[in-house]
Amino acid sequence: MSDKVKLMIVDDSSIIRKLIRKYLDEYNMEIVGEASDGKAAVDLFKEKRPDIVTMDIVMPEMDGLSVIQEILKIDPDVKIIAVTALSDKSTGIQAIKLGAKSFVTKPFSPDKLQAAFAKLISN
Amino acid sequence: MKETDLHFFIDSTLNYFDEVTNDKAVTGIPYIKSDEPVVLDYTGIIGISGKRKGSIYITASTKMLKTMGKVILHTDDLSTDDIKDLIGEIANTISGNVRTAYGSDFMISVPVVVEGHARDISMPEDLQSFVIPITWNNFQSFLVVCLE
Repeated sequence: MSDKVKLMIVDDSSIIRKLIRKYLDEYNMEIVGEASDGKAAVDLFKEKRPDIVTMDIVMPEMDGLSVIQEILKIDPDVKIIAVTALSDKSTGIQAIKLGAKSFVTKPFSPDKLQAAFAKLISN
Repeated sequence: MKETDLHFFIDSTLNYFDEVTNDKAVTGIPYIKSDEPVVLDYTGIIGISGKRKGSIYITASTKMLKTMGKVILHTDDLSTDDIKDLIGEIANTISGNVRTAYGSDFMISVPVVVEGHARDISMPEDLQSFVIPITWNNFQSFLVVCLE
């Protein structure tokens, strides 16, 4: 059995998905799937059961805050990093209240994302 | 719209280029948009609703976006979809980041991307639009802000 952390990336931007892949490449993890909208994210989550999810907030079909609630119903132990351009404090607080473990604001440097990821895998 | 509103967008724009490309952009003096079109090769448009209503767009050349993509992802292998995605993401991030100033009542749409030189981008007719010229890495682009 693989001991790699299983990561799923949810973002409607392919550039951001590629960036997250690139920035987290150095970690011992496996990217088990990517989704570009909220509904697809819930379906993919059910199938892949990742350990960690990076979750965009503003997306078509279903927003990231709704997806956080849905996937936590499926697996309350999944760790979610909310990744969003919405920089106001209330969006971050709302994501954390809904169960996200961390909140990263776009635009992000490699250091910012890696710090959030490293904190989750060390826990 | 007040001058302070424009400053929020300028700060957000400068922060975006600095953080993402590690290379500072410079903004020119904003001016009121005339009937003259301000459209380059790719345009990312965001609708604004909530407490403030309006629209924002950023327009840039293919060359600039390809260069940015190369700087960000370290690859020349960028498809047209990647370039369209990038301009949408720039518009999304600049608009989303001004919520630091405006709060969560400043609602942004998902980006709409226009490819090619459209005749112009329609903005709400009853509101003035301001053009903020941006220079990054010797490339010129424009942010157009139209807010209630």
